[in-house]
Amino acid sequence: MFDKGKIEAIKLAAEGEGFDKSTPVLTDSGISLKPLYTPADIASIDYFDDLGFPGKPPFTRGVYHDMYRKQLWTRRQVCGYGTAEETNERLRYLNQSGQTGLNIVPDTPTIYGRDSDDPLCEGEVGREGVAVDSLEDMRDLFAGIPLDRVSTSVIYNYPILFCMYLAVAEEQGVPFANLAGTLQNDPFTIIAGAKSWITTPRGSMKLCVDVIEFCAQHLPRFNPVSVVGYHYREAGCTAAQEVGFTLAGGLAYAQAGVGRGLEIDDFAPRISFFYNAHNDFFEEIAKMRVARRLWHRLMTERFHPKNPRSAMLRFHTQTAGSSLTAQQPLNNIIRTTIQAMAAILGGTQSLHTNSYDEAFSLPSEPAVKIALRTQQILAYESGVTRTIDPLAGSYFVEALTQELETKARQIVEKIDELGGMLAAVEKNFVQQAITEAGLQKQKRIDSGEETVVGVNTFVEPEEKLNIEIMRLAPELEQKQVERVKAVRRKRDGKRAQEALQKLEKVAREGKNTIESTMEAVKTLATTGEIGQIYRKVFGTYTDPGL
Amino acid sequence: MKRYPSFRILVAKCGLDGHDRGARTVAISLRDAGMEVIYTGLHQTPEKVVNAALQEDADAIGLSILSGAHMTLFPKVQKLMQEKGLKDMLLFGGGVIPPDDAAALEAQGIGKIFPPGSSIPDIVDYLNRVLSERQAKKEEGKDSDSGPR
Repeated sequence: MFDKGKIEAIKLAAEGEGFDKSTPVLTDSGISLKPLYTPADIASIDYFDDLGFPGKPPFTRGVYHDMYRKQLWTRRQVCGYGTAEETNERLRYLNQSGQTGLNIVPDTPTIYGRDSDDPLCEGEVGREGVAVDSLEDMRDLFAGIPLDRVSTSVIYNYPILFCMYLAVAEEQGVPFANLAGTLQNDPFTIIAGAKSWITTPRGSMKLCVDVIEFCAQHLPRFNPVSVVGYHYREAGCTAAQEVGFTLAGGLAYAQAGVGRGLEIDDFAPRISFFYNAHNDFFEEIAKMRVARRLWHRLMTERFHPKNPRSAMLRFHTQTAGSSLTAQQPLNNIIRTTIQAMAAILGGTQSLHTNSYDEAFSLPSEPAVKIALRTQQILAYESGVTRTIDPLAGSYFVEALTQELETKARQIVEKIDELGGMLAAVEKNFVQQAITEAGLQKQKRIDSGEETVVGVNTFVEPEEKLNIEIMRLAPELEQKQVERVKAVRRKRDGKRAQEALQKLEKVAREGKNTIESTMEAVKTLATTGEIGQIYRKVFGTYTDPGL
Repeated sequence: MKRYPSFRILVAKCGLDGHDRGARTVAISLRDAGMEVIYTGLHQTPEKVVNAALQEDADAIGLSILSGAHMTLFPKVQKLMQEKGLKDMLLFGGGVIPPDDAAALEAQGIGKIFPPGSSIPDIVDYLNRVLSERQAKKEEGKDSDSGPR
């Protein structure tokens, strides 16, 4: 982009300035930073090949032509606790407060494909999300919410809740083609990141591709998969690994879809992503730009799509839960604000901001409100939305983007060598890499090399907690246990058993399970019963340990 | 540096909670600090955890809970330990646990509960101190049990 002679002169002059380089300064991913960046650091960039215009390949500057000038990101706060009725109340509250999309998280038992009265689930029902045992709960969850008017994200990785959602849509008279939203549906992240699987990596992958295939045929506006970097990052990985692991995962889903006989352009435009926004401000922005550029390059190299959207990476962002501290919890509002700003400058399509009290429990209502207000202040007062990709061309940000891309590509290639993402996860490679990175970070904090305000610096030893903590009613679990028992009593048990048997047969034959799962949920077959079919057909999976 | 005997620590995850960053980090770090560590892996029942601690002759069980089920699981493990006669074994832990709950658990005789943001050296120091004290007490007890000669 610059005159060659001039670049040489700048390089020389920069050397002459004699900046102190004796102590290495590293990003979270271990990239060594210079004290000062100049045009010489980005001299090799080709504007059209490496940046381009927003909405055009390689999408470094954003996926839409007008970005936030035309439409702000979707404010999409995660919501889910207790019973379906309680979560429904909070969903409506959030919508009244100006939230623009739903983002529902089920509780741990539901995520693991277990019913609330399963002895393994004691103490966990409705704690970290909403309990969904059957179609009845799903119906209550969406009561008064017309599914064709909101975009609904469900943080769930198997067809069970997806099929319940479809069944509710049917009851509301909403055609599948009008449904907009996202199912997380990322088996790799639940095996190696969130660690909340129902069955083996291979079985989970098969079920995931069933959803992709069904959506390609019936739900053109729905994202059947959201490839998640968030959980890997929360579990300890670096920004470079977050990009590497997600893109390797996305490529595996693309390959699997093609393996089912789908055309790449029939489904790849609907593969979406979900990233963490962590503390290292500039590296996080660079990370989101790299994810877009590298996804475009890898998809183009490997699948040669005709539709440019097949290689266009759209993503949701959540601020970093693991960066929140129990010490001086109000400081978390500031951390979240900085992280959210990185996500916006990184060009996110939707955003969840964490609440300041999440190092203790699920967020209280006032904490949730401040988290949403944080987004609104950034959106409407800060001015960061006024121009598209404002950091493009920054000597530093572009150089960092290039370096991070190289690192992320190396990770994708390492996973290729291992036989792809499924093999890498089966071999415990991803899990060990994440633990190692998390361990290094902990060491840096313990040694004081990395500063955490209120934790290893500016500590208040006699600190008293001055915030209200959200408490869930202890009788909630019993209430939900009674509820699932009542469902089993009142349904036509024979019909439910027959539907489950049919699902088992279809799964064993390797056919697409979505339609038979839908039939099963309509008979009020429960989450745990369907999960049990998965475990029976595809096997159980045990944590491989350290 | 002060030398401690090599304590045996069972690091455990109970229930369906998949958040294992803390447990894995603590397990590896305690090992690096010279302790013998057994990590149970995810999704254990309290029974399995206590049985493993018994079989492994552990000096302490470290339970990590980020699922909100701490008020159910800690007392359950504690009760099983008592039933098995493991009165010298320490039960401690960590996770996303509100301070009031941590205080309530500590008041019930459970060891220290480490919140997010705890440092590894603090955990190592705590274990070395408490387990050395327990060991010293045990030795004393043995001496007095043997009676006058």
